[in-house]
Amino acid sequence: MAVPAVEVRDAAKRFGAVRALDGVSLTVEQGEFFALLGPNGAGKTTLISALGGLVRPDSGSLRVMGRDVGADYRDARRQLGIVPQEVVFDPFFTVRETLELQAGYFGLRGSRPWIDELLERLALAGKAGANMRALSGGMKRRVMVAQALVHRPPVIVLDEPTAGVDVELRQTLWQFIRELNAAGHTIVLTTHYLEEAQALCSRIAMMKAGRVVALGSTERLLADFSERVLRVKLENGGLPPALADGATRDAAGWHRIPVENAAQVESALARLRESGARVSHLEVAEPELEEVFVRIMGRGDAPAGAAVR
Amino acid sequence: MRRMVTGGFPALLRKEVLRFWKVSFQTVAAPVLSAILFLVIFSHALARHVEAFPGVGYAQFLVPGLAMMSMLQNAFANASSSLIQSKITGNVVFILLAPLTPVDLFAAYLLAAIARAIVVGAGVILAVAWIVPLPFPNLLWLAAFAFAGAGILAALGIVAGIWAEKFDQLAAFQNFLVMPLTFLAGVFYSVDTLPPFWQAASHLNPFFYAIDGFRYAFFGQSDVPPWTSLAIASATLCALSWMTLRLLRSGYKLRH
Repeated sequence: MAVPAVEVRDAAKRFGAVRALDGVSLTVEQGEFFALLGPNGAGKTTLISALGGLVRPDSGSLRVMGRDVGADYRDARRQLGIVPQEVVFDPFFTVRETLELQAGYFGLRGSRPWIDELLERLALAGKAGANMRALSGGMKRRVMVAQALVHRPPVIVLDEPTAGVDVELRQTLWQFIRELNAAGHTIVLTTHYLEEAQALCSRIAMMKAGRVVALGSTERLLADFSERVLRVKLENGGLPPALADGATRDAAGWHRIPVENAAQVESALARLRESGARVSHLEVAEPELEEVFVRIMGRGDAPAGAAVR
Repeated sequence: MRRMVTGGFPALLRKEVLRFWKVSFQTVAAPVLSAILFLVIFSHALARHVEAFPGVGYAQFLVPGLAMMSMLQNAFANASSSLIQSKITGNVVFILLAPLTPVDLFAAYLLAAIARAIVVGAGVILAVAWIVPLPFPNLLWLAAFAFAGAGILAALGIVAGIWAEKFDQLAAFQNFLVMPLTFLAGVFYSVDTLPPFWQAASHLNPFFYAIDGFRYAFFGQSDVPPWTSLAIASATLCALSWMTLRLLRSGYKLRH
């Protein structure tokens, strides 16, 4: 089997009394579209920083495409493109200069065609000669994406790339990232937009207080921690006893009936008709990553005393 | 796409040189103007009272020292302000994420600072050459002391830029270490004219040797033999470079 794109084993990092990483292990295979989720302070950014060499772990090992990020940092960094979470830029330079310099830091010459393509794909071509200061926040963020891609890394890590980016540009960005993934790049992303993660990512790790608390395929997590639900509002009466088991009713009068598939929806509706109940409102809710997230984060299994960074 | 992999050092050097060159009004023209003002004021005020070296007028004596003082201050300013600005604005991350070695970082910041120092020094000398006639200097001595002197301050600037977290910490470094040491390095006088205590104190100041040797390149006269000055300045540069490289390797205040 090919070497994993990212391999983290028992990574630990303390900042004073705070355990930012508390024994993190995870593997991302090549070509995956992987989400790293968790509340603020869960350690996602610390983990990403450790991959890029911005943070030195106290113990454990981290590898990018098989290269150790400490012992073999030059090779490891050539395999990795990180888009940092904070919008930062160098006010002395234009967009094109920024990208040319960044390519240069990786020892690359003759990157112009690729830089032109990046500018085009990220809708920055018209701003190539503009100073970084003159750009809007969303544009600056796209320049950061281009900076992370300028050396064509096989592994691309995006730390909340869509925060503060408007809807249209978000779509453009995801389309581009999807294409990169289809072309064989491994994508790791953190985001607070769980629907984005659900739509894009095939596997997910959830972190809490410096630990991985859930790890698996998106489908598996959805199946294990969320369910399809039939929601009905009735004009008269209550649920027949056959449906009442496992169902709940909220304050607005919605009955929530767990179902596994379309056949169960049909039979539930048939039972309602038989009982004489008249349905005034009806909807079928698909499993949602948000529910998975809330459930997993709500489980009280995080190490006590692990503070938030 | 044609791709050729080399080190990242040339790009970082280019970035550091462009950084000051793009604002050269502030980074080159301003220090040249200050040096000219010093020259005009001091040479007028003191010309009749002082002859530092036999056969060398005070204004003449002053020019190489002022040029070197400007070089020292600008070498320090370049390296330190570039680093602290990158740290404070956060864009240092783009350098830290690249496969640059500690030697790449050190060499790029050092050489860019020396480059700015040389542009400023040349600017000062060329700007005053038509007011104060100067003998044509020995270029080898000139280059050797320019490199050593600016290199010492560039290395110090890197250390200060890494260490400081706020601009006022950097200002403290500049005001309480760099400024006094440059002013007390015999820019405005020959240290031979000082009382014995201050003479001895001056000889402990590595900046003094850079200035004294730089002046030797013009006049063939100096307080200390030029080889001694060059040896001391070079040794200081080597020691500081070693220390700076260790700091960069450790990741101190850059990689957490």
